Amino acid sequence: MESVLQFFYANKEAIFIIALTIFLGLEVISNVPSVLHTPLMSGANAISGVIIIGGIILVGHADLANLGEGSNLLNLILGIFALLFGTLNVIGGFVVTDRMLEMFKKKKK
Amino acid sequence: MDTLNITNGDIILEFIYLLSALLFVYGLKLLSSPDSARRGNLWAGAGMIMAMIATMVLHRNGEGEGIKGANLAIILGAIAFGGVIGAVVARRIKMTAMPQLVSFFNATGGAASALVALIEFSNPENQSGLVTLLGLIIGSIAFSGSMIAYGKLNGNVKDVFTKWLTYINLLILAGIVFLLIFILFGHAPAETRQTLVYVLLAVSLIYGISFVMPIGGADMPVVISLLNSFTGIAAAMAGFIYQNEAMILGGIFVGAAGMILTLLMCKAMNRSLINVIIGAFGGGGAEGLDREKGVVKEVSVTDAAVMLNYSSRVVIVPGYGLAVAQAQHICSEMDELLEANGVEVKYAIHPVAGRMPGHMNVLLAEADVPYEKLVEMDEINPEMSKTDVVVVIGANDVVNPAALDDPSSPIYGMPIINVQEAKNVIVMKRGMGKGYAAIENYLFYADNTRMFFGSAKDSLQKLVSEIKAL
Repeated sequence: MESVLQFFYANKEAIFIIALTIFLGLEVISNVPSVLHTPLMSGANAISGVIIIGGIILVGHADLANLGEGSNLLNLILGIFALLFGTLNVIGGFVVTDRMLEMFKKKKK
Repeated sequence: MDTLNITNGDIILEFIYLLSALLFVYGLKLLSSPDSARRGNLWAGAGMIMAMIATMVLHRNGEGEGIKGANLAIILGAIAFGGVIGAVVARRIKMTAMPQLVSFFNATGGAASALVALIEFSNPENQSGLVTLLGLIIGSIAFSGSMIAYGKLNGNVKDVFTKWLTYINLLILAGIVFLLIFILFGHAPAETRQTLVYVLLAVSLIYGISFVMPIGGADMPVVISLLNSFTGIAAAMAGFIYQNEAMILGGIFVGAAGMILTLLMCKAMNRSLINVIIGAFGGGGAEGLDREKGVVKEVSVTDAAVMLNYSSRVVIVPGYGLAVAQAQHICSEMDELLEANGVEVKYAIHPVAGRMPGHMNVLLAEADVPYEKLVEMDEINPEMSKTDVVVVIGANDVVNPAALDDPSSPIYGMPIINVQEAKNVIVMKRGMGKGYAAIENYLFYADNTRMFFGSAKDSLQKLVSEIKAL
């Protein structure tokens, strides 16, 4: 019990942020007309590509001079794949969402 | 990052992350209204690009080193490569294939999260084992689950459903929890733990597959949305590893938004989330009431054209069949023709028409159908009894009256478009085959229903030339 309380105290800021963000997410989405569900899903999906920052950090600080040591090389390769996948998610997601929304727009004569 | 030597760059980076996170929220807020949606998407995209560039320029590791030139070259190379592929695929894809594509992009996001977590687990500086492993588990499930969803929507993977699968899934889930606890608290040597992490990765991937495998039919959109939510949560977990606000806020935000969207869709189908996950909609063997069928009555092209042309209110109910036949353009042509002859034409859009909520709206928008003509189910249903002719094109389950009055039907309780209340119903269909949920539809045998057999595109083509000739 003690350790659980300590964990909460040590991470209290993170827990605040999470709780508030969850409410924010619920609030922002709850009034969306079903017309927009597909673009919304695709747009939100593009945002979840924010993991790409993790990929940038990983590959950015990979030790290129000592690739032979330990799992450096493997990690670099996996990191590059993470970057590739993340970019696909981000760029593809935003472009395809824009394409869908463009069609909604042009009929507003 | 050490508190001892925080540079201006670090502070600027933190502020940029905060700004990006706010742009994500603002963008998604704008995305929820048709007028501002496109701007919203651009704002969110701008937030993302800002965070990416700022990370490349300003990020420093624990030793205070920035990202070196050679590393930057690799990063830019990977981003350019992935970006070009992503943009080309996104530009070229057909609008009918949109649900598959969203699944696919979601899979890539999940894979990226799982990979980042996998690498970070072996990093001795990483103290947050729990979030790392959670990121790995959730990311892997999102990846393999989304790939299966992609395969199903694309028609490559069939629904597999046996009662056993539910138990097997529970067993796998228990295995994942056990592995997680053992790796974290089992005091096993580092090498054993590393091996177990690979096992955990494999088991999570398998769970993603077996979890999506039995789900099919109208429940597919719910699963995609749920997996979308997972990807957001996985990204947030990775954000905790790096104490990165943009990742944490963006990820949790998408996770929460995806969850509420999932629940909204469940509500549209009058089903609970648990029911969707365990129930297996499409593959079940429920038969429904064995009613007397009555006679199927066909309608000729001329009769159909006359019926439509001389009525005052027409409602078109489009379904996925319309999209598959690529008939939305010709449908829009018929609509214009009828409007020119003084007929009021509206489209009734069921919340789960198409293969994804809102998918039908996108498809009709592509065919230049004015936005104001698309009416949601709840608004159109009260007008049904005043409607002269309803044309059902390639839709089936969303107009099946069994949902209203047959408690033994698998779709009982799902809200439908009440076309049976209209004066006349014309159903365009290729044959008497059953719909996606494989249930008999008694609407086709009703007294006021006429069947118009043929592919949607051909049938509409004939109808259009017939109306022109009148």
